[in-house]
Amino acid sequence: MDIFLQQVINGLSLGSIYALIALGYTMVYGIIKLINFAHGEIYMIGAYIGFFAITALGIGFFPALIISMVGCAILGMVIEKIAYKPLRNSSRIAALITAIGVSLFLQYTGVFFFKAEPKVFPKILSDGRMNIFGTKAYISYQQLTIFVVTILLMLLLQYIVHFTKTGKAMRAVAYDKDAATLMGINTNNTISMTFAIGSALAGAAGVMVGVYYSAITPLMGVMPGLKAFVAAVLGGIGIIPGAFTGGMILGLIEAMVSGYGNSLYRDAVAFFILIVILIIKPTGLFGKNEKEKV
Amino acid sequence: MKSKKIIAGLVLVLFAITMVAGCGGDKAPAEKPGEKPASVKVGLNAELSGNVAQYGIAVANAIELAFEEINAAGGADGIKLEVVKYDNRSENAESLNIATRLASQDEVAVIVGPVTSSNAIATIPVSEQFEIPVVTPTGTALDITVDPKTGETRPFMFRTCFIDPFQGQVAAQYAAENLGLKTASVYVDNNSDYSKGLEASFKEAFEGFGGEIVSVEGFVIEDRDFRSTLTKIIGANPEAIFIPAYEEQVSLIISQARELGYTGALLGTDGWDGTKVSEVNTPEALQNAFFTNHYSPESTDPKVIDFVKNYTEKFGSTPTALAALGYDAAYVIADAIAKAGSADPVAIKDAIAATSGLVGVTGTITLDAQHNPIKSAVMLGYNEEGKQTYVETINPK
Repeated sequence: MDIFLQQVINGLSLGSIYALIALGYTMVYGIIKLINFAHGEIYMIGAYIGFFAITALGIGFFPALIISMVGCAILGMVIEKIAYKPLRNSSRIAALITAIGVSLFLQYTGVFFFKAEPKVFPKILSDGRMNIFGTKAYISYQQLTIFVVTILLMLLLQYIVHFTKTGKAMRAVAYDKDAATLMGINTNNTISMTFAIGSALAGAAGVMVGVYYSAITPLMGVMPGLKAFVAAVLGGIGIIPGAFTGGMILGLIEAMVSGYGNSLYRDAVAFFILIVILIIKPTGLFGKNEKEKV
Repeated sequence: MKSKKIIAGLVLVLFAITMVAGCGGDKAPAEKPGEKPASVKVGLNAELSGNVAQYGIAVANAIELAFEEINAAGGADGIKLEVVKYDNRSENAESLNIATRLASQDEVAVIVGPVTSSNAIATIPVSEQFEIPVVTPTGTALDITVDPKTGETRPFMFRTCFIDPFQGQVAAQYAAENLGLKTASVYVDNNSDYSKGLEASFKEAFEGFGGEIVSVEGFVIEDRDFRSTLTKIIGANPEAIFIPAYEEQVSLIISQARELGYTGALLGTDGWDGTKVSEVNTPEALQNAFFTNHYSPESTDPKVIDFVKNYTEKFGSTPTALAALGYDAAYVIADAIAKAGSADPVAIKDAIAATSGLVGVTGTITLDAQHNPIKSAVMLGYNEEGKQTYVETINPK
């Protein structure tokens, strides 16, 4: 039982990271039907911004988190303006290939500037941990911070999407871009805003991962990016609560497979479950079966 | 029409013959036999970027330092050594490409590197095809110098470090005899020949000392979160966890294991060497953690003191064991080139194989029939400040 509880904690902290990255994937997909493969790299750059903010400016965790989120938001908007906007009316495959190009460009620009050697993230959160209800399971303060920050950001996102004018515009553009334009919504600004918010969440995930795993590298975005994409599809791509749930489920599955099955098959089982879910419910857990609009 | 075709065919055949002949001509050494060349090119196939860049860079630095010293002292018996250096990005395929390029395009006489076992194994075909000696300073897997199918020594493959089974054996001996432990788990990197080889030898030796292996788990190199598997390993209550892996993962594994409340011994091998383990972990987490290594910079041997001083002056950091091995590899090669007195790869190969009693910074090097050096190992631990510290020298039983 103690071990089970411990695995749940391990899984949820891993899942929180996946969830934060998956949110960005899903928002961008929802609004312009683009799978933004460069998203994992934004997360990586978020980690580096946090790293430099902490080491060079000597600031604490939360200011670094905010600087990194702002930095990533700007980066996301710039990438959208330069790489994706010119392709908005071309085929989806062109935009997808461009996204892969941007992803590789950021990875190796990272290798060039930050060097391939892993950087050690400063320990700015306490190493302490606490017992859960007198069991032998522990939750560290880092894990606790990750949970709390993830949930706060998720709530903030729900508020923005459902209760602000920007959110309303985002939903309108996602529903029907042309109609939204006709109604006087500035589609370009709305899409920019979506990239900014999604990238800011990835930046936050980057800083938290830096703190949690204490080491960051320019290629750190590849695997989590892929897993987060899986999480987004699992929950139903384009649906915000779906990305959150998908991330958490993926994290839990991985923890349980490592803990109770064979650690070697962890990724295989995670992806197998994904395939099964998609066969049974191709639109993902939260997806609605929509008829093709005529 | 038909005669034209025949003529064209003949021209082609002639062309082919001249090309083959031309190639043959190129391969012959430019000097007359018995005459010493002014300089010899040495290829360096190193992991300068990618996953294990910190090792490749350390080795490359040390080799360049050694060659500078040798050239400043007049060269290897009058022959200057020229380094041709490329980055293999820590990838198997790229290591093979670089080795081919060094052997065919740059026409070097001997290749140093790659640094890791998997990458070194990838270059075996090149050594055989071009008949060029490949010396890995740090590749510890058994299969690099010996063909596992036939049990024969690979004629052109050499190493200047001790082999995997030896390190596993030393770690097992230390756990069983010095620490008096009875149970252990093994946590391996599944994609690494190095890690798998050590798993096997540790298991065999530890069981030989009467210990019990309670579980074997694995991870992959992209992993950053080891908590789930560690929770499972710790659940079985082993007195020690043996982690034969590289520092990037090991540093995270140690911190996560301690965070989960594990207080038993953490044992490792030379992959732990470097600065990351100390940087990532608190000194408390590093107590009761030990690893086998090739040398200790704290040694009082004057040769080591000089090496540590020169390296630190030039590169601004204390040389790791990897750097020390790279340095020794450079001296083994220089010694062989001096003895061979030519740029002929085959003559150099024979001279390397005959290396005997060469005093290096990692011990006295004599190569055995399987092209493995015979030397002792040191056990390192961590002090109260979390810095590496010498524990003791182990001679295997």
